[in-house]
Amino acid sequence: MSAKTETNASPTFYLVEEEAHDHGDAHASPTPLGFWIYLMSDALIFATLFATYGVLAAGYAGGPTQSELFQLPLVAVNTGLLLLSSITFGMSMLEMQAGKAGAVKLWLALTGLLGAAFVGVELYEFSHLIAEGATPERSAFLSAFFTLVGTHGLHVTFGLIWIVVMLVQLNQRGLSVENQRRMTCLGMFWHLLDVVWIGVFTFVYLLGALQ
Amino acid sequence: MSHTTPSFSPLFGRLSLESFPIHEPILVGTFAVVVVLGLGILALVTRFKLWGWLWREWLTTVDHKKIGIMYMILGIIMLLRGFADALMMRLQQAIAFGGSEGYLNAHHYDQVFTAHGTIMIFFVAIPLVVGLINYVMPLQIGARDVAFPFLNSLSLWLTVAGAALVMASLFIGEFSTAGWLNYVPVANIENSPGTGPDYYLWALQIAGVGTTLSAINMVTTIIKMRAPGMTMMKMPVFVWTALCSNVLAIAIFPVLTAAFALLMLDRYLGFNFFTNDLGGNAMMYWNLVWIWGHPEVYVLILPIFGVYSEITSTFTGKRLFGYSSMVYATVVITILSYLVWLHHFFTMGSGASVNSFFGIATMVISIPTGAKIFNWLFTMYRGRIRFELPMAWVVAFMITFVVGGMTGVLLAVPPADFVLHNSLFLVAHFHNVIIGGVVFGLFAGMTYWFPKAFGFKLDGFWGWVSFWGWVIGYWVAWTPIYIVGLMGTTRRVRYFEDPTLQPWFIVAGIGALIILVGILAFVIQIAVSIKNRDKLKDTTGDPWDGRTLEWSTTSPPPAYNFAFTPVVHDLDAWYDMKDRGHQRPKAGFKPIHMPRSTGAGVIISALALVLGFAMIWYIWWLAAISFVALLGYSIAHTFNYDREYYIPAEEVAEDEKARTALEAGA
Repeated sequence: MSAKTETNASPTFYLVEEEAHDHGDAHASPTPLGFWIYLMSDALIFATLFATYGVLAAGYAGGPTQSELFQLPLVAVNTGLLLLSSITFGMSMLEMQAGKAGAVKLWLALTGLLGAAFVGVELYEFSHLIAEGATPERSAFLSAFFTLVGTHGLHVTFGLIWIVVMLVQLNQRGLSVENQRRMTCLGMFWHLLDVVWIGVFTFVYLLGALQ
Repeated sequence: MSHTTPSFSPLFGRLSLESFPIHEPILVGTFAVVVVLGLGILALVTRFKLWGWLWREWLTTVDHKKIGIMYMILGIIMLLRGFADALMMRLQQAIAFGGSEGYLNAHHYDQVFTAHGTIMIFFVAIPLVVGLINYVMPLQIGARDVAFPFLNSLSLWLTVAGAALVMASLFIGEFSTAGWLNYVPVANIENSPGTGPDYYLWALQIAGVGTTLSAINMVTTIIKMRAPGMTMMKMPVFVWTALCSNVLAIAIFPVLTAAFALLMLDRYLGFNFFTNDLGGNAMMYWNLVWIWGHPEVYVLILPIFGVYSEITSTFTGKRLFGYSSMVYATVVITILSYLVWLHHFFTMGSGASVNSFFGIATMVISIPTGAKIFNWLFTMYRGRIRFELPMAWVVAFMITFVVGGMTGVLLAVPPADFVLHNSLFLVAHFHNVIIGGVVFGLFAGMTYWFPKAFGFKLDGFWGWVSFWGWVIGYWVAWTPIYIVGLMGTTRRVRYFEDPTLQPWFIVAGIGALIILVGILAFVIQIAVSIKNRDKLKDTTGDPWDGRTLEWSTTSPPPAYNFAFTPVVHDLDAWYDMKDRGHQRPKAGFKPIHMPRSTGAGVIISALALVLGFAMIWYIWWLAAISFVALLGYSIAHTFNYDREYYIPAEEVAEDEKARTALEAGA
């Protein structure tokens, strides 16, 4: 394709034989790349919240501290639920490669249930903290804690809504090109939430409980 | 001020008759003008039965060219608003000396400078830059649209919704008084219990989502949709700078979104991120907003550097000097711009080592920027320069911008900054680089690409009037501000004790009036050009003897941009095609696959606007309904799988035949 070698030949300046370009084709679609970039921007929101938590984590204002509040066994169970849901999503993707629509939906539904359980446990933890008087208004530390963990929880909730919508769309159109692309994006989204949660579990809960 | 009385009704929230500023004659007068103009436009659209056309061809379009044009229109309208604020401040500062308090009370003046900065950056500079990229970049890479056409429409309309909220604050309630970045502790709920900071936050959150989505879209487009043969180092410089600018935007806008969200939690739910007690830390907010804020000026200026590069190369008839050094300089600036935010508050007290790091990092940016200036100069050196209007803007930019760059390096020295922090010297510096850099470049770009977008050139005479108005006006307006700033005058002040300062502010006011001439001449220029469009017609598609692919198609380009996708062999692909005597294929057209128009972008943005308004005024029921509607409609939109269609080959053949006839007639 070097310009120099073609200078004296008659170069091609237009794709005249081009096949009509189809955006529906999974390989040509820019969607996975665009969605991946979106996820990076979302990761930056979490980075900002982590940084804010890092700065304000000792702003107790005479209120409760991490080690007084965190119940590690409960959080460990929750971590297990979310990690497991990533595995079940992976199974769903494998079944998609194999073209088994029924199994895809089954594993996806299971992922949704695990995610719902995760959100349920988190809500229980939050209500417990608030009942103890450890409300987000109490101190900068608690504001930062509830916001970081709550933003992650909101993302999981959004993922749950997406899973429900995805199940309906899989029912309607099976493993169409569009639906396969959406499953890929949903998968990236779901796994990112796992990665973020590992950060939350390590830096907020484990390090907090050690203090 | 007048809205601190806690009146709340379940139906209207805190919105009451007192929310309308009927006691402010300036606002009532403005409102009357807006209503008359607005009704006039609505009447004209109805009279000529244009509603259907407006909806089909513009509001619902996903064509990157039309979206680009609408971004530009938004930017120009908001420029008029932002500039009106500027004139009000100049008048106030020119007369508020000695016994005179001027004509603006303190509360109103604070809103004016806050609105001016907010509007000029978020709703003038960003839409104009995004609009240019939207229009030009896909054409330059030989693409038929952007990667995500619907997302592009959504980004535009979210930005419009944000602008609408800012404008609404003029007549319903009030705007923030906390400066253009809505600083805490002023913007904290106990200091600003009114709607001002809430207008600011919701307007910018909604517009900010639009900007982030747009940036993701542009980066994906540049990576995935370039014409065959266009490797990274064969991309036009404008595409490179657009890429770096949008990568940077993706890296910073999430930080701003998060920072604003935290402030919202403080204001709405009583959290303690940035409060003065219970462990909150106001400087955390400053750090976060400036991690966005400093790179943001590079988000704006980098594509404009690209504009200057394209114009310099075209109007000197030469390949750009030092293409690869230009690319590397752009990349280096992109990275460095992320590492300098703390120079906005050396006075925070972070210590000598931290200040030194950020001071030196700031100064280092001048090296790649200087390299760019030399590249442009060496491109001009021994070139066959045509001093047409776009080139004149480039020369004015180089002279003006270099001064702004040097005062910037001066401010980057921490000890000097301790003296000049929050002085008018700083204000003069950033107006110097933003007007002399971004604004001049936008006018250069608009003049340069206008014939591509509309098929006729802009009128020369009024263009030159506008040019001299801006250039002379800039220097007359800002030199005195540099001087009083160096003498220690602080910013955001509405009244001065020292009468010896008054002459400087009067001169600055005269400068602002000269800029006004420039702005009015620009508006007249557009009107005159539309009137004389037949005389100014561009039949060739290449009115400036351009070098990049956008000039290889018609002016204006057809909906599909290129009947056949171009193949690129060299940098300056169109110059290469002309040089080697290419022949445009005139037969064998195929159907072209294009994205379908959709109203979803407008509808989602309208719902976001209602949601924002309801949240600002604590109208909780409306907020709940609009949120559910927003979510529900967005989900429903994903069930629409029918998003593309084919332009039949006959229609393409028809268009191309018309082009051949047009070129033959020229």
